[in-house]
Amino acid sequence: MSLRIVVCVKYVPDATGDRHFAEDLTVDRDDVDGLLSELDEYAVEQALQIKEAADDAEITVLTVGPEDASDALRKALSMGADKGVHVEDDDLHGTDALGTSLVLAKAIEKTGYDLVVCGMASTDGTMGVLPALLAERLGVPQVTQLSEVSVEGGVVTGRRDGDTASEQLEASLPAVISVTDQSGEARYPSFKGIMAAKKKPVESLDLEDLEIEADEVGLEGAWTAVDEAAERPARTAGTVVKDEGEGAKQLAEFLAGQKFI
Amino acid sequence: MAEVLVYVDHVDGAVRKPTLELLTLARRIGEPVAVHLGANAEEAAKVLGEHGAVKVLAADAPEFAEYLVAPKVDALQAAYDAVSPAAVLLPSSAEGKEIGARLAVRIGSGIITDAVDLEAGDEGPVATQSVFAASFTTKSRVSKGTPVITVKPNSAAPEAAPAAGTVEQLAVTVADSSKGTKIVSRTPRQSTGRPELTEAAIVVSGGRGVNGAENFPVIEALADSLGAAVGASRAAVDAGWYPHTNQVGQTGKSVSPQLYIAAGISGAIQHRAGMQTSKTIVAINKDAEAPIFDLVDYGVVGDLFDVVPALTEEVKTRKG
Ligand SMILES: Cc1cc2nc3c(=O)[nH]c(=O)nc-3n(C[C@H](O)[C@H](O)[C@@H](O)COP(=O)(O)OP(=O)(O)OC[C@H]3O[C@@H](n4cnc5c(N)ncnc54)[C@H](O)[C@@H]3O)c2cc1C
Ligand SMILES: Cc1cc2nc3c(=O)[nH]c(=O)nc-3n(C[C@H](O)[C@H](O)[C@H](O)COP(=O)(O)OP(=O)(O)OC[C@H]3O[C@@H](n4cnc5c(N)ncnc54)[C@H](O)[C@@H]3O)c2cc1C
Repeated sequence: MSLRIVVCVKYVPDATGDRHFAEDLTVDRDDVDGLLSELDEYAVEQALQIKEAADDAEITVLTVGPEDASDALRKALSMGADKGVHVEDDDLHGTDALGTSLVLAKAIEKTGYDLVVCGMASTDGTMGVLPALLAERLGVPQVTQLSEVSVEGGVVTGRRDGDTASEQLEASLPAVISVTDQSGEARYPSFKGIMAAKKKPVESLDLEDLEIEADEVGLEGAWTAVDEAAERPARTAGTVVKDEGEGAKQLAEFLAGQKFI
Repeated sequence: MAEVLVYVDHVDGAVRKPTLELLTLARRIGEPVAVHLGANAEEAAKVLGEHGAVKVLAADAPEFAEYLVAPKVDALQAAYDAVSPAAVLLPSSAEGKEIGARLAVRIGSGIITDAVDLEAGDEGPVATQSVFAASFTTKSRVSKGTPVITVKPNSAAPEAAPAAGTVEQLAVTVADSSKGTKIVSRTPRQSTGRPELTEAAIVVSGGRGVNGAENFPVIEALADSLGAAVGASRAAVDAGWYPHTNQVGQTGKSVSPQLYIAAGISGAIQHRAGMQTSKTIVAINKDAEAPIFDLVDYGVVGDLFDVVPALTEEVKTRKG
């Protein structure tokens, strides 16, 4: 029986670009180049490794986002995923974490799954809560923040490196997992992979397909509201000295002046 | 006055500092009721009471340690049902966020994560977030349901405020569906004796410029002279020079100390995401063009192997 893996991938504004907000205080996605969230590359990589270790498995990559988000799917497909699902609908603009988890959960149920793989956090929202929200909505175990993961005989095991302890975890499938950037470098798409990705199927779904009402998502339906967004004032230029033997003394003088010593 | 649930982060009853900060923030929006899960609630209650908790709802069950997150959500939900609070506050740890998230789904509420400040507003608590690698500051609120908000460490100075802190037992039934993820084994992290990274008032971090695990004692010596925690860039961690638990940045710890010293760190956006809100920033780097210098209050262009040991000596001498 085939192992059905769904990887959730997010299309995010490039962190090295000049990210900002639009007038309605949602993320401005038009003015900045987008890409597959780098942390989701680790999720795709682990899904590929799980597939390689399984007898028979199929990987679907799933994204919720505007038209351009198909770029994130293509990247994941060129790394080796088998097919894509793109949930796209104008009414999704401004959806928050609870809304996103609702849409993802419905799309995952529609696609069918044994294992859902997520990144540890997106590089824009950086909340790190989506996997837990999904597990709660789907009513399956969450095995999150894994630096090591394997799937065998319908059981997922992994290591979670927490603040105070490192834990070995275990759950039966179906389950939602998330993997950290410690789980292993993601592979680069090969030229062959990039060419193959162009032919891989991508299914497009809208809210109607998922039986979600427009007012359950989007800016109006959001459970949270952003009232203000202000650019942080640039730090006033500090003092920079060149060390010509006195650097440590000068720095100590500064630290003493600030009462740190 | 409305009650506010505060989820207690503790190690066997020793309450961690971020929880005291939560109590301080909670008092701005109502009367804090602490939720203590696990052992030694009586011991924790003393500290929680001194910091304004009018009540401590306590529950202990083996399931909290045997399964991941979900049993604690059952307990927090029981507390929520008992109190009908105006808001639920949790620390912004991986676990705190996940517990908050699942509770939010269950009670039909919105969630805000990584707040750095909190105040009362006309339409409920207003959270300040520092987003996009701290380049923007936003003010948000939960518009549906009871606000669930997770707060970053160092967001407020804990204030003493004597309150009853009466311990009440909370009846918790852990659902079978919450026993999905077994914790098979747990290896506690060894303490270095240094302050906890996210809570420290001073952090000294080393990067690729430290050039080897064998050189990290240079960074540690400076940290020890200042009573600081030690951090590292991802480049240093990936090279195996320092443990991942000490990584500062987007995928490591986010720190907001009074003083942050970066030695041999270039200042990539993902590193800045974890330290940009530090009050005072100092860098030592031999490349005058390194982007970290755009952030500093004081920078030294020089070889860290000259500057850092000499600074350690200066600090020791001045401290006598
Ligand atoms: C700066 C900023 C702050 C925000 N703060 C809040 C807030 O406090 N509360 C709130 O409710 N919303 C908030 N949002 C909105 C929220 O981030 C998004 O609505 C949403 O996509 C979910 O959060 P995340 O991407 O941060 O998820 P995370 O939990 O950080 O992402 C974890 C994983 O979930 C998967 N995933 C996330 N989004 C998608 C997607 N669209 N498609 C496919 N997979 C996905 C990926 O596998 C990802 O690695 C914020 C957004 C931004 C940009
Ligand atoms: C998704 C993602 C997440 C990431 N998360 C993080 C994160 O959480 N934390 C993080 O730090 N990075 C993170 N990174 C990596 C980040 O992009 C940088 O690669 C990293 O921060 C570089 O570390 P560095 O500054 O130590 O090394 P480099 O950029 O190589 O800089 C080393 C610096 O040391 C200086 N130097 C060398 N020798 C000396 C000397 N003898 N004396 C003084 N100065 C010297 C050099 O001039 C140089 O500026 C992430 C990247 C990605 C893609």
